[in-house]
Amino acid sequence: MKYMMLIASNEDAGTTKTEAESQEVYRRIFEWWDANEKAGRIVGGHELEPSSTATTVRVDASGNATVTDGPFAEGKEMVGGYAILEVADLDEALALASSWPASDALEIRPIVTRG
Amino acid sequence: MADRSEVGARLETVLREERGRLTAALVRILRDWDLAEELVQEAAVAALEHWPADGIPLNPAAWLMTAARRKAVDRLRRHARYRERMHELTRRATEMDTPIATGGPMDADDRLRLLFTCCHPALNREAQVALTLRTIGGLETVAVARAFLVPEATIAQRLVRAKRKIRDASIPYRVPDPAELPARLAEVLRVLYLIFNEGYLASAGETPERRDLARDAEWLTSLVARLMPDEPEVLGLLSLMRIHLARSDARFAPDGSLILLPDQDRSRWDMGAVREATVLLARAGRMGRPGSYQLQAAILSSHAMSPSWSATPWTEIVPLYDALHRIEPTPVVGLNRALAIAERDGPEPALAELEPLSERLDSYHLYHAARAELLRRLDRPDEAREADRRALTLTDNPAERRLLEDRLR
Repeated sequence: MKYMMLIASNEDAGTTKTEAESQEVYRRIFEWWDANEKAGRIVGGHELEPSSTATTVRVDASGNATVTDGPFAEGKEMVGGYAILEVADLDEALALASSWPASDALEIRPIVTRG
Repeated sequence: MADRSEVGARLETVLREERGRLTAALVRILRDWDLAEELVQEAAVAALEHWPADGIPLNPAAWLMTAARRKAVDRLRRHARYRERMHELTRRATEMDTPIATGGPMDADDRLRLLFTCCHPALNREAQVALTLRTIGGLETVAVARAFLVPEATIAQRLVRAKRKIRDASIPYRVPDPAELPARLAEVLRVLYLIFNEGYLASAGETPERRDLARDAEWLTSLVARLMPDEPEVLGLLSLMRIHLARSDARFAPDGSLILLPDQDRSRWDMGAVREATVLLARAGRMGRPGSYQLQAAILSSHAMSPSWSATPWTEIVPLYDALHRIEPTPVVGLNRALAIAERDGPEPALAELEPLSERLDSYHLYHAARAELLRRLDRPDEAREADRRALTLTDNPAERRLLEDRLR
């Protein structure tokens, strides 16, 4: 079963961290990611640049596209990365998300498979 | 030959008791919740056709299981991709039918698995409650709707959404690992206690389905207690519910108004049931893992075993509240603890205990009602009336409103 794990952070909280503190957070995340990738539970994913770099394109019913600065929705928690999980069921996905080594919100969504 | 109405009545009773088992056994093998429910329904229809002519079978539940299983095979035969599950169904035929008759361990596991799925934290509370009552409790959708005072379509939709999420997000059917079990079991018990309270707090004037929720929750909890006999908090919750129920006849006056504990007619309490529940609680206590439900049940048991309100053993009850407050430092527990302190040490120290809770309980009517009571005892009638008035603005429960209005008169 494949799931997408969206990783959302409070971007403001990041700015109050010292350089050493954020390095420590990154170190723990890389270590966690590597271990789960080696174990086959993570099969893809990336960290994203902050939401200040986001651009949203909206295509309406008649096919007209409008481009705006910023993410879909302005909020406190912004998606900062994602991972594609390959696990047996939701419990395994939740257990994996619960072991995320930083203070963030993680949304787990099943990936649609057709066929 | 059996009378048609007799068959109908018997079938209803059997389904009430067995729907959970039948559904659970089928879900486990078919992994399809809707299909499992449809098959149970079809088996019930078959029973209505056959039982009037053939007589009610000796073991109606086993008959229904066999019928549902045969229908499953018929259905699956048409779908090549279900072949594997069909074989499993045939292979396990004896195994599936016999535990129904004997109450064997496999069937126990099935219902537990299904219950943990119904109460999975990935489902919202309303969905957990509706699924548990419908699937394990065997209530019809319309009965769940009447109990929760919402349209039947709302409950039906909640059930559809929840089952879809279970399927699409792959919420598993299993009893959680020992590491996860405490948190997951706590979630199950929260759902059961919520169902109980919905029914228990309903006043006499409300629909019977609503009041029956308390008995439904007690039945479900006794089922969990049978399936997990070594979990002291399950026994604690069961004991708590049973002591409440033993006193339920004395809680309302004939006109439907609420009678508080000090004024209840204790001769109307079912003392046999209280004693049995207390024995159950002692068994839980011997397991050496105290918890919130056990402590609440112990407090209730002290009250229930006391021959009168004035003889209530407050010196025994306050330490139980202290322990409960340590495990569960919520403002509501703090409020009840303060009230026990009032009885042991007087209204003044109790009022001091209430003070730090004022902010967090400002919108809780019982906080203001309790404060009013203490202020009256301290001979501060104006402040007492003001607190009662504040309480009145915060509750819609008709029985509680009447009590507060009486005080203000």
